[in-house]
Amino acid sequence: MPDRRVLDINPSRFMTLALPTAPARAKTAATATPGQWAAAIAIAAFLLVALVIPVGTVVYVAFTEKGTGDFTLVNFVDFARTDLLVRSTWNSIYAAVMTVLLATALALPLAVVTTRFEFRGAALVQTLGFLPLIMPPFVGAVAMQLFFGRSGSINLLLGDWLDIEIPFMEGLNGVIFVEGVHYFPFILINLSTALRTIDRSMEEAAQNLGSSGLRLFRRIVFPLAMPGYMAGASLVFVKVFDDLATPLLLNVKDMLAPQAYLRITSIGIADPMGYVISVVLVLLSVSAVMLSTLAMRGRDYATVQRGGGGLARRALRPAEHAIAWVVVTLILMLVLAPHAALLMLSLATVWSYSPLPDGFTLAHYARVFGDSSVYITNTLLYASLAGLIDVVLGAAIAYLVLRTTLPGRQWLDWTAMAAVAVPGVVVGIGYLRTFYGIDVGGVPLATLWIVIVLALAVRRLPYALRACYAALQQISVSLEEAAENLGATKARTIRRVVVPLISGGMLAGFISSFATASVELAATLMLVQSNSDAPLAYGLYVFMQSPAGRGPGAALGVIAVVLVAICTLLSHLVVERQHRRQSRAGAGPAVPGATG
Amino acid sequence: MIRLLVVLGLSLAVAGSAAAQAPSRVTVVTSFSKDVTDPVKKAFEQAAPAFTLEVQNRNTNAGVKYIEETRAKNQVDLFWASAPDAFEVLKGKGLLAKYQINATGIPDKIGAFPINDPEGFYFGFAASGYGIMWNTRYARANKLPDPKEWSDLAKPVFFDHVAIAAPSRSGTTHLTIETVLQGEGWDQGWRTIKEMAGNFRQVTERSFGVPEAVNSGQVGVGIVIDFFGFSAQAAGFPVKFVYPSITTIVPANVGIVANAPNRAGAEAFIEFLLSDKGQEVLLEPSIRRLPVNPATYAKAPADYPNPFKDPSLGSRVKFDPDVSEKRTNVVDALFDQTITFQLDNLKAATKAIHEAEAALAKTDNAKARALVKEARDLVAAVPLSATEAASPEIAGAFTGAKEKGARQAELENRWAGFARDHYASAKAKADEAARLAK
Repeated sequence: MPDRRVLDINPSRFMTLALPTAPARAKTAATATPGQWAAAIAIAAFLLVALVIPVGTVVYVAFTEKGTGDFTLVNFVDFARTDLLVRSTWNSIYAAVMTVLLATALALPLAVVTTRFEFRGAALVQTLGFLPLIMPPFVGAVAMQLFFGRSGSINLLLGDWLDIEIPFMEGLNGVIFVEGVHYFPFILINLSTALRTIDRSMEEAAQNLGSSGLRLFRRIVFPLAMPGYMAGASLVFVKVFDDLATPLLLNVKDMLAPQAYLRITSIGIADPMGYVISVVLVLLSVSAVMLSTLAMRGRDYATVQRGGGGLARRALRPAEHAIAWVVVTLILMLVLAPHAALLMLSLATVWSYSPLPDGFTLAHYARVFGDSSVYITNTLLYASLAGLIDVVLGAAIAYLVLRTTLPGRQWLDWTAMAAVAVPGVVVGIGYLRTFYGIDVGGVPLATLWIVIVLALAVRRLPYALRACYAALQQISVSLEEAAENLGATKARTIRRVVVPLISGGMLAGFISSFATASVELAATLMLVQSNSDAPLAYGLYVFMQSPAGRGPGAALGVIAVVLVAICTLLSHLVVERQHRRQSRAGAGPAVPGATG
Repeated sequence: MIRLLVVLGLSLAVAGSAAAQAPSRVTVVTSFSKDVTDPVKKAFEQAAPAFTLEVQNRNTNAGVKYIEETRAKNQVDLFWASAPDAFEVLKGKGLLAKYQINATGIPDKIGAFPINDPEGFYFGFAASGYGIMWNTRYARANKLPDPKEWSDLAKPVFFDHVAIAAPSRSGTTHLTIETVLQGEGWDQGWRTIKEMAGNFRQVTERSFGVPEAVNSGQVGVGIVIDFFGFSAQAAGFPVKFVYPSITTIVPANVGIVANAPNRAGAEAFIEFLLSDKGQEVLLEPSIRRLPVNPATYAKAPADYPNPFKDPSLGSRVKFDPDVSEKRTNVVDALFDQTITFQLDNLKAATKAIHEAEAALAKTDNAKARALVKEARDLVAAVPLSATEAASPEIAGAFTGAKEKGARQAELENRWAGFARDHYASAKAKADEAARLAK
């Protein structure tokens, strides 16, 4: 077993290891091919056109002096001097950290049970566990309030029976609760992928040395899955930082993202502060990602054996099986409660200040039936195109950063990650500014639906990027070296070795990007030109502006969730099947999909 | 990858050909919901078969920004929304076109408010007033009395039960606040608003957040525009609505966007909205807005409010749009800095005052009474006078005026500090009073 396969979590020992490995890697990667240069330049150009320039046209105001328009940093001094904004910054950081902890607590059991044990329904659990990520705008908020809110079902019942009230949805703790439930799938999906791809022999070696149970998990398995966990955790952290829907839903305004949003979208306020906050958000988000990269630098998570079935799945004893089911069911009940409420809302006649709706009806579905087919087609088209673009770009960026020595390659990663922190409305306005003047066959470029796809792709690129990055981190470069030693070109190696090996991560990335793009609204609302080009989220928005539209809006929301769930389930089934096929292929370093 | 490119290319081509404008298409950007636009679209296309209506839904702010950003090659014919101030913004930036309406039977004023822009850039087609809506189930469970006036909402019984949209985010709420300020005067107006605000449960960031919260029973009482209350009733929610005596009836508007690609269609749409047929559509239960043509009320249900007949609707306040316009941003920012973002402090002070007054009601104490009065004055205090609020120096900080001056962030932080300190000492005084009265 080569040395580099040993994951060392002891810092003193890692120092000794790092010395010999670093030059070795540098040697393999030192040959930056013209192809790599071309790819890097193409990606840089894409990021420039689709992100940096449009956002720059809006955000530069942050650096200008009022009145003269000269360059200045005085606005940032104002930021640091304003109590509200300083308070908001700390609140955001606190909420982000706590949410990561809560999300970990929710995701870890689900990930472990479904990947480490023989557990029937693993695909179902993975799919259901993924649903919370898809919370349609507005209507999801209403559903959550109806269930968890002060006058929600739970508190009304608790009030009747026990005369108590649990403030699920109050203040910062409410934000942490809702965001934890909402975003834990990021950890679940990336951690599961990582757990599936750990080399079984590592586990066996540990077992041979007498380690088992929790200790085995704590010292060997979890550390090996660290890239996946970090990918998920950093996404959760950054997302909480930048999410404005949840704080606004809970009426928590002293956090950074809502402050930026409230300022930017108020009429007549040409104040630079909104953009200053956006810049601060981008900086903080990117530094969070940099920190997570730093924390993992110098450690080698790569293993050579791929697809040999990953970790052994242990059969559960009946009692353990029961416990596993109870834990999984409890977690799923908690995280899916909003969706249950959404379903109920879509079937309710009137639901107001009561634990359950007054009556049930299918009329809301009938009302949206006519409109929804065009919305569904558009959503599927836009979200899957955006997901595809994201996976291609994400994998390419991850490869360039981890496998080449191109100067400035880290900037590709950081720039792409900055997208996560740019408020959607800024992207929307920036796109209008940049692309409206460009003529395509007599109509402005910004009015074509492809621009919506572009906006979605840019906004969701960080998800796919982190997933691909984590997947590639788990792969030993020696596999590629082997391929090249056998005469394969770089391109062929990528196509036949790298891409198949990280397919799990790419799929995780695609699903994250696709699913969240399908319910994105902020940027879309600025760019949608006509009903025939509109995605589901826009239709939902239109309905949710009137009392009578609440039911139909919820019905559209349910349709969106079901749609994404089906797509997710299908892709899980594909992964499972591929996985099983590889397991059957027998021992040894089988390369998944190498034949295809 | 190649296949993907082919798909992209094809789709681009298809989208390109589909986007080519049919000559009769009328494009309107609106903040109105489907409940409003669908019946109007249907009736319009029936009345004027030469045109089809293309509705682009955006919230008012996004709509204004959109028209502003796309002015170089405008594709929109009409802007159609509630808040008159959004039209003022568009007009100020030269984004609206003049038009002379042909429709007859529409008076100059509704209540104290002119129906049409005097310069002919936008036109009122329906009217709405502001008021209080409440959830009857919630009220019964929490033993809330029926509110009638703004001042009712300041009573201790409503503590933590009231919701409002931030005036900076909702043009309609802004007008409500401005109406109170003009109706009661700057200082007394802020006193009333802050006494109410001490009872706020939430300050939502969009207008519709308030009726939504009241409909689902998350809060008991909401300060809303009338059609939110009426259309919620029509949708079956257990809610009621009342106009307080200080209210103003303001028109919802429509205007032609400058360089409209389909000017004829835009004119036809405005004429339709103002015609008998167009006005009657407003009576539909899901829309429930007040027609601007007095004759249309003859066809309305019996209990339909009629601002042309009912003198209490909106005519008590002489609403001055000029005064309002000069201080729009200042009022909004003041509200946000002293109420929205200080809500916890304000509520703590209000709660202490309520408790002290409850204690005083049992055992009177002159010194404690004086302290409570001081506390109330501290809460009501505003960091600047009406004259200052309208002054170009202060207002200039908010409009990105070209000359150098105070920065918005500086002013805001000063006001926030003022409010925070005043609320803290108000709470201390009220606590002291409660201790004395015990």
